[in-house]
Amino acid sequence: MTETIVLAEITKGAVHPTTAELITAAQKLGSQPIVVVPCTDASIADIAASYAGSARVIAAKSDVFSNYDAAGWAAALDAVAPSGVLIASASPQSKDLAARIAARRGISVVQDVVKIDGNNLTSPIYSGKAMQTVAIDGDAAITVRPNVFDAVSSDGSADVSVVDTTGDVATAVMEIMERASSRLDVAEANIIISGGRGMGSPDNFVHLEAVADTLGAAVGASRAAVDTWEAIPHSMQVGQTGKTVNPNLYIAVGISGAIQHLAGMRSSKYIVAINKDADAPIFQHADYGIVATWEEALPVLQSTLSSMMA
Amino acid sequence: MSNIIVLVKQVPDTNARIVLSGDRVDLSAVKKVMSPYDEFAVETALQHREANGGEVTAITVGDAGADKVLKDAKAIGVDHIVRIDCDEALDSNALQSVLAEAVKNMNATVVYCGKSAADTGAGSTGPGLAERLGWASVSNSTAVSFGEQLSVVTPAGGGNARYAVPLPAVVSCDKGNLKVRKPNVKGIMQAKRAQVDVQSIAAPQSSVTVVSHSMPPAKPAGKSYEGGAAAADVAKLLRDEANVI
Ligand SMILES: Cc1cc2nc3c(=O)[nH]c(=O)nc-3n(C[C@H](O)[C@H](O)[C@H](O)COP(=O)(O)OP(=O)(O)OC[C@H]3O[C@@H](n4cnc5c(N)ncnc54)[C@H](O)[C@@H]3O)c2cc1C
Ligand SMILES: Nc1ncnc2c1ncn2[C@@H]1O[C@H](COP(=O)(O)O)[C@@H](O)[C@H]1O
Repeated sequence: MTETIVLAEITKGAVHPTTAELITAAQKLGSQPIVVVPCTDASIADIAASYAGSARVIAAKSDVFSNYDAAGWAAALDAVAPSGVLIASASPQSKDLAARIAARRGISVVQDVVKIDGNNLTSPIYSGKAMQTVAIDGDAAITVRPNVFDAVSSDGSADVSVVDTTGDVATAVMEIMERASSRLDVAEANIIISGGRGMGSPDNFVHLEAVADTLGAAVGASRAAVDTWEAIPHSMQVGQTGKTVNPNLYIAVGISGAIQHLAGMRSSKYIVAINKDADAPIFQHADYGIVATWEEALPVLQSTLSSMMA
Repeated sequence: MSNIIVLVKQVPDTNARIVLSGDRVDLSAVKKVMSPYDEFAVETALQHREANGGEVTAITVGDAGADKVLKDAKAIGVDHIVRIDCDEALDSNALQSVLAEAVKNMNATVVYCGKSAADTGAGSTGPGLAERLGWASVSNSTAVSFGEQLSVVTPAGGGNARYAVPLPAVVSCDKGNLKVRKPNVKGIMQAKRAQVDVQSIAAPQSSVTVVSHSMPPAKPAGKSYEGGAAAADVAKLLRDEANVI
């Protein structure tokens, strides 16, 4: 049986709930994983202990984990979990870390897994235009896309042991630059509403922001919007040369659905499209398509949502 | 004087339709280009040369068909072009081992690469290569400034962080505010004449093997509505049918 290590996903100093999906992924590989929680304060590991189905939890405690540094984190985690199939979330940071740990161990890494069948792992390739299934022979590091596997329940009570660890940090944080806006980033959001060139002007993004505020969503944009309007930063861009997102709900407004835009969002669980052109390619990927101008549709959407949420 | 390396990979044009032949992707009719993020890596490498002096070497691992992306890099302004000859599919361990060997032989100061290749989408090569070399690495950089060490901006914790990165290091590049330069006529002429330095480095056996390729599962046809008023129905379906709000 394959020995598996789940690397807990850490955001803002806490264990992220997607970690419970990683345990399901480990079970599909046929084993009860050991969950390793990188931390500076071992108490954050308690929540991981409540996820059912793990063999045990290791709180890997080190000052190294106060800021992300790929070299230091890889060394400190490798010392705690030097063997087994490593499973982490396919977030930008954990993909980086998994690659680094794999290289340290001289094994391969398989990123963005969306299906596990025995030792066969399936991931999107060519920006989601095709799927690739690979077989792993022996240990590997694997990252798993969020929102794909079901989470295990949280009625577990695994043992937690605290292990002190350390590694040489290579880089130093000089400055943390908070985002100018307090808005969620598209890479972190479970709901995203994005605007394209069809919004007509960057000023009209306030209508997207209103819906976003109602839903607790992030606001994204197409490349045409980012390239055309100074006020729309590249950090909002979804797609081939922007961010790849995998939210539960993606609302595309005034976006045609070019292949490079689809590359970044086609694996969203539900897609809503609002576009005045019934032939826009985005409609072929929408679960709910509304053929209308945003001027007509967004106020209705906004008022219905706010009364539903009230 | 810096010895700057940039990794470039040839991939299908992002507009290309991907088709299968049996249970493998068939790329025979597909136009190939430099992977989009690698263009940002090349631009960053050239800026590093302008700031600190030195020479830029572009490396690709691939078959003779991949010479084209090296020539493209040459046309934009890199000094040397190297292809590690390889016509088989390598897993990440094998690819990085080959690259690590190549970089060690070149006594490099820094390696720039794309944040992910447009075919794999992986983002594994930069951090993996750095670990094998025992170097620092930063991934998904959106801005780099050059000095004794690098200063690199990258997304962190919902905002951005500026990192001091000691050299040698591997930096994988996102777009940020970079504008990539276009080749000029002189560059294109030089690229035509340029010799690719073809090297051979033995790759270790891959332990991850491709079983099959397939098309993404077809999405069931969605519901479609006419007119803005339908947004009210869709909002209710998002709650009652899709359960996402
Ligand atoms: C290498 C490469 C990388 C790329 N990377 C990306 C990427 O990362 N992300 C990305 O998005 N694109 C990317 N692109 C660009 C992509 O090909 C498209 O050009 C872009 O996605 C188009 O953006 P858009 O849909 O907003 O604009 P358009 O294609 O101009 O579409 C605007 C849409 O708005 C609709 N519309 C107009 N007015 C209204 C109205 N009042 N109400 C409702 N609808 C209206 C129109 O019917 C149309 O469908 C890339 C291209 C290349 C070559
Ligand atoms: N075969 C290759 N030859 C040269 N560089 C490569 C190769 N594969 C990947 N790279 C570099 O590594 C980056 C990330 O690739 P990947 O890890 O596959 O997402 C690419 O953008 C390239 O800069």
